[in-house]
Amino acid sequence: MKKLTKLFAGLLLIAASYRLDAQVTSDRILRAADEPQNWLTYNGGYMSQRYSLLKQIDTSNVKNLELKWMVQNQVFGPWETSPLVVDGVMYLTQRPNDVIALDAKTGRMFWLYRYTNSGRQTVCCGAESRGVAMLGDRLFMGTLDAHLVAIDAKNGKPLWNVKVADDEFAYSITVSPLVVKDKVIIGVGGAEYGIRGFIAAYDAKTGREAWRFYTIPGKGEPGIETWSGDAHEHGGGSIWVTGSYDPTLNLTYWGVGNPGPDYNPDQRKGDNLYTDSVVALDADTGKLKWHYQFTPNDPYDYDSVQVPVLADLMWKGSMTKAMLFANRNGNFYVLDRENGRFLSGVPFVKVNWMSGWDEGGRPILTPQPPGISTYPGNQGGTNWYSPSYSPRTGLFYVSAWENYGSIYRKENTPYQAGRRFNGGGFQVTAPNPDAPGMRRYPINDWTDAVGHGAVIAIDPKTGQSKWKFQMYDVTDGGILTTAGDVLFTGNREGYFHALDARTGAVLWKAALGGAVMSAPVTYSIDGKQYVIVNSGNVMATFALRE
Amino acid sequence: MHGTRPIIWAAVVIALAARLNAQAPPQSGQYDRAQVAAGGILYGQCVACHGPNGDQIPNVDLRRGQFPTVVSDADLVRLLAAGKPASGMPSFSVLRTDEVTALVAYIRSGFDAMGAAMKIGDPARGQTLFSGKGGCATCHRVNGAGTYTATDLSEIGLMRKPASLERALTDPAGSIIPANRSVRAVTRDGRTIRGRRLNEDYYTVQLIDEQSRLVSLTKADLRSFEVVQASSMPSYATTLTADERADLIGYLLSLKGR
Repeated sequence: MKKLTKLFAGLLLIAASYRLDAQVTSDRILRAADEPQNWLTYNGGYMSQRYSLLKQIDTSNVKNLELKWMVQNQVFGPWETSPLVVDGVMYLTQRPNDVIALDAKTGRMFWLYRYTNSGRQTVCCGAESRGVAMLGDRLFMGTLDAHLVAIDAKNGKPLWNVKVADDEFAYSITVSPLVVKDKVIIGVGGAEYGIRGFIAAYDAKTGREAWRFYTIPGKGEPGIETWSGDAHEHGGGSIWVTGSYDPTLNLTYWGVGNPGPDYNPDQRKGDNLYTDSVVALDADTGKLKWHYQFTPNDPYDYDSVQVPVLADLMWKGSMTKAMLFANRNGNFYVLDRENGRFLSGVPFVKVNWMSGWDEGGRPILTPQPPGISTYPGNQGGTNWYSPSYSPRTGLFYVSAWENYGSIYRKENTPYQAGRRFNGGGFQVTAPNPDAPGMRRYPINDWTDAVGHGAVIAIDPKTGQSKWKFQMYDVTDGGILTTAGDVLFTGNREGYFHALDARTGAVLWKAALGGAVMSAPVTYSIDGKQYVIVNSGNVMATFALRE
Repeated sequence: MHGTRPIIWAAVVIALAARLNAQAPPQSGQYDRAQVAAGGILYGQCVACHGPNGDQIPNVDLRRGQFPTVVSDADLVRLLAAGKPASGMPSFSVLRTDEVTALVAYIRSGFDAMGAAMKIGDPARGQTLFSGKGGCATCHRVNGAGTYTATDLSEIGLMRKPASLERALTDPAGSIIPANRSVRAVTRDGRTIRGRRLNEDYYTVQLIDEQSRLVSLTKADLRSFEVVQASSMPSYATTLTADERADLIGYLLSLKGR
């Protein structure tokens, strides 16, 4: 009898730790903050703050973190995925379009789904998949050949597969989708090949397209006047990083990529809406509510796909629904997310392509003469790496590239279907002509002479930096903050850092040896908080020592 | 579906044509400037992955002719036709044969479509200068001979263009690659360590010291640490004549590893 009781208690415990019903309702995603043991969207919730209420790991004990398990990616290449964790199960992607479900406590796999691309897929900058979205017991993944696939979360079998765009014209999907209500929202990449970008929503049950918003207006639509001639037909405007959602306004916000051709604005005179902008769309209809353009007629590839971080702030005495946006163009912006009004902008790295803003929030352009360095350089003051906002510290944290510039050159590139559509190129500003332009090796041949990375803590109210953690090499690591006031991030040097979110002091580090190309995630199982990071081909999971 | 079959056939035809073409070497042993220039434009299709300097993919440096598998031009042609799906490289079978040739020409030119036409002298005379009058071997190492003080030049012919070698000879301080700079560290107990930097990160630096020892230092343990901006290499702007430098460059360009 005693044995039976024990068994029953044991079963109850299992039921508690692994909810049998792992259905992720849209209501659960809405209240993701109420279940910090899980990680339900790409950036941890609709506000995209990548902030967790978990606080078992805090500034006093983070030094006691130890390695719990690792997953070895079998596919070569930078690993940019950000996993979901739902009731003890982790769902992640690996190149090119594999989905893995594993036990988030031990790292052991339940299943692996391998999507076969068409073979025609074309991606400019890496065969990435940044992750899946979940609704009910279904996972959703965009593919390199521009399909959207629904997968059964229990067994990894495909349920439906719809073509989002034509990969023969170099449309591709690398972005992790966002589920809002009963729809899966996704966007397409390929601006380097002259696509016409769009964001589209699909019915999660059937895969039927519900709405589509073109990031480049068509003939007769508002905004077409910002394009010369037929340039809008191949105007670019990729979507490759997941957006945000405000349920009270029912608006979904997405950063839009660069215009095409990348470096020759003469081929597309005008502001080139809605490239390098953030757009606010009605989540039910896809109708544009407002937009704000960060870089008009961009010749620098200042893709504005950075994460629109939503935060409710006291702004000049009144509670404001704000959007915090650290842009690739080197500026940190605060916008009013109800109407897109420009509230403030402050450079967080050296910026010389503009000198400030007019009253309407339009940048005053100061293009550099040919052969002179533009700051920030081509990879930007920051890029797609997730920033973080901690409501506890009131600080916004961004991974930045400092003292990094590029010399641009433009040339005429005629559009050819499916072919590169660059319109020129760039050279990283280096102290001598033979210095390496980009470092992706374990040996650092770049050196800080060409630029370096930093985590910058910005006070959104002033735009000023509160503290800075400077690195020697540049960084592509996203940022996670927690209610334990710990900031987790990695870098190209292969270090995984825990910093004090209030001071920037290094509290703990692990030398993982592979470049960190994505953002850490935290979750908890059976009362134990875990934090994961991808480094090179390894996902490493840490928790406090027993 | 209907569209795929002709494309496959086209790829096969192009690949075959390219293979045949590649088997017939250009008469002069060199690609002409027009081909190189055309390749430079086509390289726009490669730049996002391979980078403006062709060195953005690990273990691949197009400008310097470094590849994991490719050896011959024909290998390059085949790789362009087939792509490398496992690494995410798409097939470029849509390129015409002359476009493929142009791309190969550009890669083989070291991305130097309009580069300065340096005078390149006699490698044998250059080798004599290297070990004799120039005194290069007192610091540099070639194919196992010489010292470790300065960089090993056994593969310098793959890594540098003539103009850049001339610059290194006449303005060593201005042309040293930052990663190769010398460092000077003083330990807590007052010991001074000098050497050539091999690698560096935020916390540590790896170097080869003046006694040819491999040394790794943790910066937090040091009293001081500096990267020396000057180069210890002398300028040969006046100590060697232009003809002697041309000979030396000829020798250096002949060094392509073993």
